[in-house]
This record gives sequence, C-alpha cells and structure tokens, in this order.
Amino acid sequence: MARSAGSDAPPQICEIAVAGNPNSGKTTVFNSLTGLRHKVANYAGVTVEKREGYLSGTKILLIDLPGAYSLSARARDEEIARDVLLGRQPGTKRPQAVLLVIDAANLERNLYLVSQVIEFGMPVVIACNMMDTARRRGMLIDCAALSKELGVPVIATIASTGEGIDELRAALMGIDGARPPSRQWRLPSEYELAASRVAGVMESSGIVPGYASRGGALLWLGDFLAGDAASRQSAERFMDRLGPDDAAILRQSADGLSREYPDSAAMVIEGRYQWISQVAKRVIRRPQLATDGSARVTTTDRIDRVLTHRILGPLFFAGIMFVLFLSIFSWAEPIMGWIEGGQNALSRWIAAHMPAGALRSLMTDGVIAGVGAVVSFFPQISILFFCLAVLEDSGYMARAAFIMDRLMAHVGLHGKSFIPLLSSYACAIPGIMATRTIEDRRDRFTTIMIAPLMSCSARLPVYLLLISAVFGHRTWLKSGVMFGLYLLGTVTALIVAMILKRTLLAGPRPSFIMELPPYHLPRLSSLLRSTWDRSKLFLTGAGTTIFCVCVIVWALSYFPRMNEAGLSADARAQLANLQANELDKRDNILAAEQLKSSYMGRLGHFIEPAIKPLGYDWRIGIGILSSFLAREVFVGVMGITFAVGPVDETSSDLRERMAGATWPDGSRILTPLTAIGLMVFYVLACQCVSTLAVVHRETQSWRWPIFMFAYMTVLAYGAALGIHQTGRWIGW
Amino acid sequence: MSLNYSEKPPMTENSRCLADLTPGQSATIEHVGGQAEVRFRLLEMGLTNGTSVRLVRRAPLGDPLELDVRGYRLSLRKSEARGVSIGAV
Repeated sequence: MARSAGSDAPPQICEIAVAGNPNSGKTTVFNSLTGLRHKVANYAGVTVEKREGYLSGTKILLIDLPGAYSLSARARDEEIARDVLLGRQPGTKRPQAVLLVIDAANLERNLYLVSQVIEFGMPVVIACNMMDTARRRGMLIDCAALSKELGVPVIATIASTGEGIDELRAALMGIDGARPPSRQWRLPSEYELAASRVAGVMESSGIVPGYASRGGALLWLGDFLAGDAASRQSAERFMDRLGPDDAAILRQSADGLSREYPDSAAMVIEGRYQWISQVAKRVIRRPQLATDGSARVTTTDRIDRVLTHRILGPLFFAGIMFVLFLSIFSWAEPIMGWIEGGQNALSRWIAAHMPAGALRSLMTDGVIAGVGAVVSFFPQISILFFCLAVLEDSGYMARAAFIMDRLMAHVGLHGKSFIPLLSSYACAIPGIMATRTIEDRRDRFTTIMIAPLMSCSARLPVYLLLISAVFGHRTWLKSGVMFGLYLLGTVTALIVAMILKRTLLAGPRPSFIMELPPYHLPRLSSLLRSTWDRSKLFLTGAGTTIFCVCVIVWALSYFPRMNEAGLSADARAQLANLQANELDKRDNILAAEQLKSSYMGRLGHFIEPAIKPLGYDWRIGIGILSSFLAREVFVGVMGITFAVGPVDETSSDLRERMAGATWPDGSRILTPLTAIGLMVFYVLACQCVSTLAVVHRETQSWRWPIFMFAYMTVLAYGAALGIHQTGRWIGW
Repeated sequence: MSLNYSEKPPMTENSRCLADLTPGQSATIEHVGGQAEVRFRLLEMGLTNGTSVRLVRRAPLGDPLELDVRGYRLSLRKSEARGVSIGAV
C-alpha cells in the first residue's frame, strides 16, 4: 500500500518515550494516557519490562522507559532509558519526542534527569505530577515559570485522580517538533571546548543524531571520566563504534580535561545541581513556610515512626509477612482445589467418551496433566504477585528492604533480596521474578540461585507423606522434623549465597543507595493490571516449557506398552490371588507393571545403582525422576509404583505400603534413616522444571539454570548419601 | 583532597562524616568521597557540596541510615555514609 506523506507537512510524531524518576507516578500517568491498554514485553536481551501503548484515540505510540534517576551507564535500567532515547536499543524505534513525568514534591532531584533529557534536543513535554502531595507539604509549583525556565511545556497533573490528564494528552498531540533551547548552565571554558569537540565527532559519525550530539557529548565525557568500571566500559564501547581517528580525538579531549580538572565528572554533576537549585528557588513558592521547611512532619513521617520503629517496625514487618502467607494459603488453596477438581472431572469425561488407547492416555495423563501443572500454579503465583504489587505501590517494599538490609548484608546480599526469598517459601517462581527490583546483576543472580532452596509449598505433600510413613503418630517428632527441613533449606541458601558472592558472582560490595518514597494508597486498577501482566509472563514463558516436559514424561511412562506375557512372576502371583470383586486392584497392579516396563521404569532401574547408596530402590527412583516435573508429582507416582492407585499424601494405604516395602533380602526400604535422607534430598534438589524455565527467562541464558540444577542436585545427592552412609555406619 | 577514614575520627569539624550524625541532626555536605560507583550515585542523587542533609533515623538494626536530602528520603549504609564528610551542624 503506497501512500506518500506530503514532504512539506510538519513531521508526524509517531513514538513518544515516557521517562521519569522511579516513584514519580510515571506508570500511573502512562496508564491514564493509554487507558490501561498496553502490551508488556521485555527489552531485547534483558529482563527489564517494556510497556508500550497507544495514546487513547490516536496513532501515537507511548513507550514507557524504565524508571531512572539519571542517564548514567551505572545502572542497567538507566542505560536502557538512554539507549532508547538515542535509538540504540535493538527492537525499539527511536522516539521522536519525550514525555517527562516529574514529582512536584521532589522537584530538585527530578530536574536532574530533566536537564539531561532536554539536552538530547528532542521535543519534550513535562508532566509535573503529584501536585497535591507538593501542596500538602506547603509547596506551590509555578508551572508557567518552570516552563519558561526550561523552555518546554509543563502541565500540572495529579495522575491518581486524573487531574490534568486531558491537558497533557492535548499537549502531546500538539507537539510540533520544536526543539528545546540548548543548555542554559555553563561549565569552565576548557570543558565547553572539549564538549563541543566531542559533539562534533559524534555528529559527523552519524551514530548519534545531530540534535542529540551536545547532550550526548556531556554524557560520554561524564562516563569516560567518572572512573567507575561500568561507565568507563560504556564509554569505551561507544568509541569502538567510531573510526580510529575519531576515537583518538575523543580520547585526547577527555585526557586533556582530566589533566585540567582531576575531578571533572563530579564538577559536571555539581554544576547541573547548582543550576537546578536556582531554577527550583524561582518556581517553588512556599506560602505556608514553616521555620524550617524540610522538617515539616508529613503523613509518611508519621507512618514511618511506627513502621520503621526500632521495636514496632520489625513486629509490623513480621505481621505483614504473616498476612502475606496467610492470604496465599487461604485464598490459593481452595482455588487450586477447584482446578484439580475440574481437571479430574475433565479426565473422567474424556475417559468415558474416548476409546482407550494412546490418544486417550495422551489427553488425560499428558495434555490435561500438563495444562493442569501450569494452571494449578496460577492462583498462588498471581496472589503472590498481587501482594507484591501492593507492597511496591504503597511504598512499603523500600521499608522492608530498609529494615532487613542489615541482616542480608551478613551474607553479602542486599535488603531488596529479602522479599523475593521470602516469597519463595510459597513458590520460587514469583520470588525469582520479583528479583527484578535488584539493580546489581550479581546480587540479583545470587538471589535467583538460592531462591529454590527455600522450601516451597510443593514440597509440603512430599514431607507430609514421608514423615507420617516413618514417624507414625509421634506429633512432636513430626513437627520437629518438619521445622528442621525448613531450617535446613534456609541455612543452606544463606551459605550458598555467601559462597557465590565470594566466587562466581564476586564483585564490589553493592551499594544500598535507595529512595524511601512517600506512602501511597495503591489503586486497585493498577494493582490488577500489574498482577495480570506478570502472571501472563509466567503463563506464556514458563508455561510452554512446563507443558512440553509434562508430555515428554507422559510418553516416557506410557511407552513401550507392556503385554500380558511380559508380566513379572510376582505380578502374576498377585493377580492370581485376587478375588473376582477386586477389579480395581487388578488395574493398580497392571498400572504398576506398565510403569515398571516403560522407559521411565527402565530409567528407574538404570539409576538404581546410583541411588542405592542413598537407600532408595528403583520405585523411589521413578518418583524422584518424575518429580522433576513438579515435586508434588512424587506422591501420585508413589501411588502407582506401589500399586495402590490414585492417592494423596494422607492416604494411609500408601503410607503402609511404603513403610512395609522391602528389599529382595527382606530388609525394609523406608527406614526413618532413608526417609530423612529422602526428605533432605527433596529440600536441596532442584526438581522443578518451572523454576528452571523461569530462571532461563530471567537470566536470559541456559548457563544459569543448568548451573542451578547441577549444584542443587550435587548438593542433594551428597547430603542424602552422607546421611544414609553415616547413619548405617553408626548402626542406626 | 585526601580523606582519612580512621575507625574513630577525631572530633574536629573537618573529619566528621555523615555516619557520625545522630537522628534529628542536620549538617552540610563538604565532600563526597569513597568508591567511584557509590560516589557518583550519591552526587547524582543530589548530595552535592553545600547541600544540607538531616539524619532522620537509623534502621531498627542500626544500619542503614535514612536521610532527608533536597526534600526527599534517601537510605544508605553506614559504610557508604563514611565517605561523605560534613561541615558544621
């Protein structure tokens, strides 16, 4: 479809980037402008959320950039924001204009990013958001004056109530391509000279658009001269894209500057802030000025006097975490029950309406079980995501990190690692996805690597089955063992974190420079929206992998088909002893025989030499192998291998069978010692394909999930072997 | 400017650092030092020379600290605060 746009028409603005500090209300503004209709993906190669949506009723695409305090290369999110603005982010078009959302109550720090973005020379519209909060703190922002100071339109908004959003939309539709004025604050003349030399090279190279070259030059010089590794690498990467002569000019200019001003990078930041302070003085009016404006007591202060109090703070924190878990278990479990019920009903319906055979079995035991495995995670995961969204949107998440940082620092982690790890006691998947708030890559990966060691709710049925199979009715002992298992996972996780932070993921101590945003009442619509966005990421990303593995495991246990002639002597004897009315027992025996002769059964026999030192026979081996799908599968598989039919963990039949099972020499298989070893194995082993799929997604590599699987399996095997052999040796 | 981070800084004005403030106390920033990553982040977050800051509180376990700077709240660890020298209270 050839359609020529008139060449003399004003440039059509099609893409507008939405930039702003974290906690500036940027997402709320974005949601109001797009009417909550947007799609969420990741920026290419990284797990930073990329939201895009059309400005309601127009063809203008809004690209929500990750929250950034500056356009430095020190933080991943900020580097992405910069790369998108400069059109260097693969898979994202270069925006033609920028909407900057700023927090009116926190003007000075927000203006830092504003000044950097304006220098990129793109048309800019500013939404001066949270005007109500500013007013409550006794500040009136003169938006007209601010607009005059900066040379770009400034619209006052209160995104939480929708105030000013229509004006903002009109301003965005009216962007005419006029470029903001050039930089209004001055640096020493040597610095200006070097900056214009660098800008000249950038412009002629064509890598940076001409209008952005002056802003780009300041950023590049800042990166090159700052002296931290990440910034310097980013500056060097840029030079690699230039010709040798151009790169030499850049290097000369920077080296000359560093001789003249040993601390020029700091000088630029201070220069920027000096200008900002002057602007702020001219646009902020304080009619109700108290004696000391900064010491006014805000609502946030009053809340924090309790929530970060020396004694009350940790108590509240524990209380909030308790409620979080309570809500997961009390809301998710009934829903999971319905899903399982529906799954069973559907299987039965198919069993009744389809002829027996491979296709029916694939449908009931492969497809429905696979979809079920994905969907049954869903309530837990989405409730957890909802709770995390409440904590984040209200501002409490930062306080949780503030309270817990001291403890986490002992193992070399960041306060922000605490909530993801805690979530992992329910399920490691949302925990791992929640690590996105941790900026430092090493800290984030360490947290991801230890998250599955937290005993998740899927291990509970396995613990319950094994504990009651060998410890009978001794309640105190059973509770003690259960507590010990949770403790073991936690302590191991902390030790592994310490080791990782000193070896594979060693690096400089991560900083804990974090804003404590004012508290906000979260809005239900954005809570639901972010819950859905994240849950959908799980469904589409991990769901596919989980489903495939379920079908593979089905095939392994379905093929090859056994025939009557292949029945073992033992099974024949059992069948012969059956009464005519024990038809279902016959089915159970045949099912056990089928599993034994299937590829899965052969695998179980094949690995028996490897697991025999741990005290397990091939039947437990099959259980371990198929729990790779999801741990709770263990209980069901035990039901088949011990030929008692469909069971759950409370089945006394299965408990007795397992407790009574013997080796060929007549000795018991499941002694308390083996059971403890097996439970320790389940604490430490990474038998969860969903977790591995999510780790692959979140780390964008196969190396980390493989490493995770390997280290946890080695750990689990080693611990179970140690326990069994030591136990035997001391004659237990 | 060379900075001396001794365990117990002598109580002269010049060598006091942000970590020495008691909750409620204010001071003016004289120099931001320390590791480059932390230093430039602090500068960008608005802790530039001459800025006045107030220590609002310490976390329940004594670390990190909560500061009031340029009208917003920033938390940082004591170890990071030791790199920031402050002037008169």
